[in-house]
Amino acid sequence: MSDSTDEVRAYTVRLELVDEPGALLNALEPIADNGGNLLSIFHERGNLTPRGHIPVEVDLEATPERFEGIVDALREAGVNVIQAGAERYSEALTIVLSGHLINTDLSDTVSRIQEATDATVTDLSLSAPEGTEDASSARIRLATEQDAAAGALATVREVAAEKDLRVIEPLAAGGDL
Amino acid sequence: MRVAVIGAGAVGSSVAELAADYGHTVTGYADSQSAAVDADGIDVQATVDRKATDGIVGDDDPADAVSGPYDVLVEATPTTLGDAQPGFGHVETALERDRHVVLANKGPVAERYGDVRALERESAGTVLFEATVGGAMPVLSTIADFDPEHITAVRGVLNGTANFILSRMGGEGLGYEHVLAEAQDLGVAEADPTFDVDGTDAALKGVIVANVLSEAGEEYTLEDADVEGIQDIDGSALDLAAEDGRTVRLIAEVVEGEVRVGPRLVPEHAPLAPTGTRNIVQLETEHAGLLNISGRGAGGPETASAVLADVGRLPEL
Repeated sequence: MSDSTDEVRAYTVRLELVDEPGALLNALEPIADNGGNLLSIFHERGNLTPRGHIPVEVDLEATPERFEGIVDALREAGVNVIQAGAERYSEALTIVLSGHLINTDLSDTVSRIQEATDATVTDLSLSAPEGTEDASSARIRLATEQDAAAGALATVREVAAEKDLRVIEPLAAGGDL
Repeated sequence: MRVAVIGAGAVGSSVAELAADYGHTVTGYADSQSAAVDADGIDVQATVDRKATDGIVGDDDPADAVSGPYDVLVEATPTTLGDAQPGFGHVETALERDRHVVLANKGPVAERYGDVRALERESAGTVLFEATVGGAMPVLSTIADFDPEHITAVRGVLNGTANFILSRMGGEGLGYEHVLAEAQDLGVAEADPTFDVDGTDAALKGVIVANVLSEAGEEYTLEDADVEGIQDIDGSALDLAAEDGRTVRLIAEVVEGEVRVGPRLVPEHAPLAPTGTRNIVQLETEHAGLLNISGRGAGGPETASAVLADVGRLPEL
């Protein structure tokens, strides 16, 4: 039996970067150096904040204690941290869909999930080893508002059932146990 | 205690062989065709040898073992669904005779929990079934110690065969059929692995946990569980999970009165992502956070050790 109060959780950090070489690396180093596990980086190049900076959304995993250290280190490194952790999209949900994704119109699947749930797809990876005609899988990362993850998951199940796709759900909606 | 062991498979034979080690006497031992019964204790080694050479354990009738001299009946016949027979009948006979029952057979407590508890209430005997969930791991006794009222959820990897298949697929990038064949060669999967890969075995364990946790006294059977297996799971799904620092495991979950079993995404290094045939159960407690119990979830001596731990918990009759 083991105690596990130091459970790893998923966090979303929104950063503002100045548009110059090395800015992204400068922002990612404090995360890795302080024990964070980078899950995805959404670099909104071409999209500027009111102050003329580039917004970047970083999903990472860390224990709560290490996460505090990461945010401190980012600020020390001069990175502008807009949001850290549970605010706008406080829950992240990763699912894997398998089946005839292409033949059943993947973009329709994604937009129906987004429309019905008010969730945002922040990351999508497709793996189609046998070509697009055959079975393939997609990993989709959804950002939802607080307490909306269970509802988003229910919609995913519904759309998947209709298209005869297999859903591999995260263990607990919204939680990364 | 005097112990009668019904069922002479991997678990039953291990219970018979190890009983003396725990200070107990085997007074009956039966397979489906034959039995050895002796109020002073049978010669366990001789019956195990005879089973190996002649295919029978003794010259007595199996019914004689069930109605014979013992304090505890150990029910270790294969798990059956629906009416849970013949295991349920053995439990009934022992309790009506005011004897204790220790189950390794999941059927009676997964499919007819209410009936078993009703018989127990009328009997001087007690029913324990630690071995039915997680083999050697002390899952049910830990739940009992914590008090089911203070446990909010139970999640776990409760089938070693399915876990072996998923961890090999994830680790080596191999296909489902390939890994299943390998598991059968290694003896990790049975020739007919249906109940392991379609989630039934894990679901039966989830149902038993739900019955134990049920405060309202609501009874669960396999029919109440939402079950999805791992058959033909696509390798590309595991690849995508791995790219994201995750993996896929067949997880049984008992939360808020619901039993669900299915492949789930879990962080690669999470406690709920053991590799190989290892099992783990995670209790979510009201006041003590998460508690993990891991170990061997199957195997003759492993499961027998849980059976004999139950025998040791029983009061003198």
